[in-house]
Amino acid sequence: MGVAKYIRDDKDAIKEVELSSGIEVQPSYGPQDLERVGFDYATDLGEPGQFPFTRSLHPQGYRTRAWTTRQYSGFGTPAETNERWKMLIAHGQTGLNVAFDLPTQMGYDSDDEMAFGEVGRVGMAVDTLADLEIAFEGIDLTGIGSGLTINAVACVMLAMYEALARRRGVDPHKISATPQNDILKEIIGRGAWIFPVRPAVELTCDVIEYATAQGNLPRCNPVSVCGYHIRESGATPAQEIAFAFGIAFAYIDNVVARGYTPEQVAGRFSFNFNIFGNLWEQVAKFRAARKLWAKLLSERYGISDKKALFLRGLFGGGGMGLTKAQPLNNIVRSAYYALGAALGGAQTTALCSYDEAYTIPTPQAALISLRTLNILMEEVGLRDTVDPLAGSYFIETLTKEMEGKILEEMARVDQWGGMVAAVESGEVQRLVSRQAYEWERELQKGERVKVGVNKYTEEGEEAEVELHEYSMDTADKQIAALEEVRRSRSAAEVKRTLATLEAAARAGDNVMPSLVECCLAYASVGEMAGVLRQVFGEMDEPKIF
Amino acid sequence: MMAATSNNGPPIRILVAKPGLDGHDRGAKVVAHALKDAGMEVIYSGLHQSLPAIVNTALQEAVDVIGLSIMSGAHLPISQRLIEMAREKGLEDVLLVVGGVIPHKDIEALMAMGVAGVFPGGTPFDDFTDAIADLVAQQRKA
Repeated sequence: MGVAKYIRDDKDAIKEVELSSGIEVQPSYGPQDLERVGFDYATDLGEPGQFPFTRSLHPQGYRTRAWTTRQYSGFGTPAETNERWKMLIAHGQTGLNVAFDLPTQMGYDSDDEMAFGEVGRVGMAVDTLADLEIAFEGIDLTGIGSGLTINAVACVMLAMYEALARRRGVDPHKISATPQNDILKEIIGRGAWIFPVRPAVELTCDVIEYATAQGNLPRCNPVSVCGYHIRESGATPAQEIAFAFGIAFAYIDNVVARGYTPEQVAGRFSFNFNIFGNLWEQVAKFRAARKLWAKLLSERYGISDKKALFLRGLFGGGGMGLTKAQPLNNIVRSAYYALGAALGGAQTTALCSYDEAYTIPTPQAALISLRTLNILMEEVGLRDTVDPLAGSYFIETLTKEMEGKILEEMARVDQWGGMVAAVESGEVQRLVSRQAYEWERELQKGERVKVGVNKYTEEGEEAEVELHEYSMDTADKQIAALEEVRRSRSAAEVKRTLATLEAAARAGDNVMPSLVECCLAYASVGEMAGVLRQVFGEMDEPKIF
Repeated sequence: MMAATSNNGPPIRILVAKPGLDGHDRGAKVVAHALKDAGMEVIYSGLHQSLPAIVNTALQEAVDVIGLSIMSGAHLPISQRLIEMAREKGLEDVLLVVGGVIPHKDIEALMAMGVAGVFPGGTPFDDFTDAIADLVAQQRKA
């Protein structure tokens, strides 16, 4: 997916190229193109590390700080996950990107009927603080940044992470976590939502407010706005950025209305963007996004503090570009996707592993992903100089054109009445699913080439990939551990803290302080989410496609 | 496209359903579009459906086919349970087809338990729309 559309003549020469975002690529570029798009060195590019940061957030780019790597991982019981994490850290990974199983993401305990068959399957099962204690055993919380891939109950998980620090006697000021906490993209593209749109947005913003407020979690980025999953669902690269910015504005406006300055709030945002597809289009996308974010924040909110204008984030993944057919090709694909991320100035990255279209990555596959990133940074010269493509007639023209496309898509969001309304009505879901269908149809007709899928295919058996075996024992072990926690904790304290949580939720107060108390009392994810379900109800999804 | 409309009976009605907690609905929605374009009447369940809810919808909507989209790896236990529940509700005539992330090695087990068709991700649209149309045509003749 994500490949450009090529029109060829009968001698296989390329006559026309159209990128996913709808931009035509010319056979060659020169100074006249920069003039055509109105490129201005000072306002469009500027120095690296200077507004509008098109080139880089930092003056010397990767020279002074290489990207950090955060492979997504977690499966089975907390003990199994702890083992994998220690392996990744021992091999040089500098952050964790935590995968939770679906019951945890959906706010169910491992022994809930809804959890049947899913405990520990696509991520680690977490029921109570006791599980986080095991998962992070032997890992220095002040020495590592943890991405928590959870959204509907991100509030519960960030509270639990803080509780973990407190229980260990670690100052919460020194811990660094980024809960994904982007419920709007979750509803558009990833599906682990629980509550109706408006209260769900309030919960997301409770987390942002809590981390922003003085004295709580100064090193935590409380939200990672994920254009990533919107793209995976069928959005173009320009839409990926535009819809993510639309979502970010909805959250910023919400928290600013609670009495914070835009500077305080926006400075804590991070993003997660996708890397698959046409190399040039991704590079231009990242450069345009970095620049537009800074420009829009300064125009819309009058923000001037340099660091509050930074588009921080993880540019990585690339899952939708990978194929089940000829899976080893995915190693090569991912390397090129990562190259695009590096040329686009990614600060933090991670790669989907080559076997991920089938299974939870094997340790070997996870390590190949990590080594791909190491090779780029340390072997082939990506750290040599900042923004090496700057000044290319093609790349600068394309960056400018991409900026225009993103603004067009943002105008569409405005017509929908903003992202909250667009998600509530299902308009944005309808658009991306229609596009996903059209893409797939074009792929099947051979109008877009995917190697091993519709060209250079191989007949016969599916390639051998080692599958991650899921064992039903995982659920039994996890449920036994949960029952043990239930026996040993103070029932009265659980009841008291859950009542405090309910009171806060009903009053419309920020739920975070009471969630931390619940976690310290070893209340379970299902119990805490259950209280929130009772207060807010569940979303009635618009069943459109 | 031909096969779906070439039988002379009423249009094929199919419930595209997402069982369980997995929220990856891109595939289910793409399939729903393809089935609709092939002339079928498509009902989409939405996410996080319990198996009893899927069976009830199938009953109420009087569908010919239930299509399950499963990406989480839990396709074997889910399909087994759905078949049992459908039998209990007297839905023997309703065909079950399964799509999603399904390793080839599991197709035989799924067919053995009574799944009528398995279409792993990447199956060309015409292949599964034709196959479903044929399966329904046979079922209606029987």
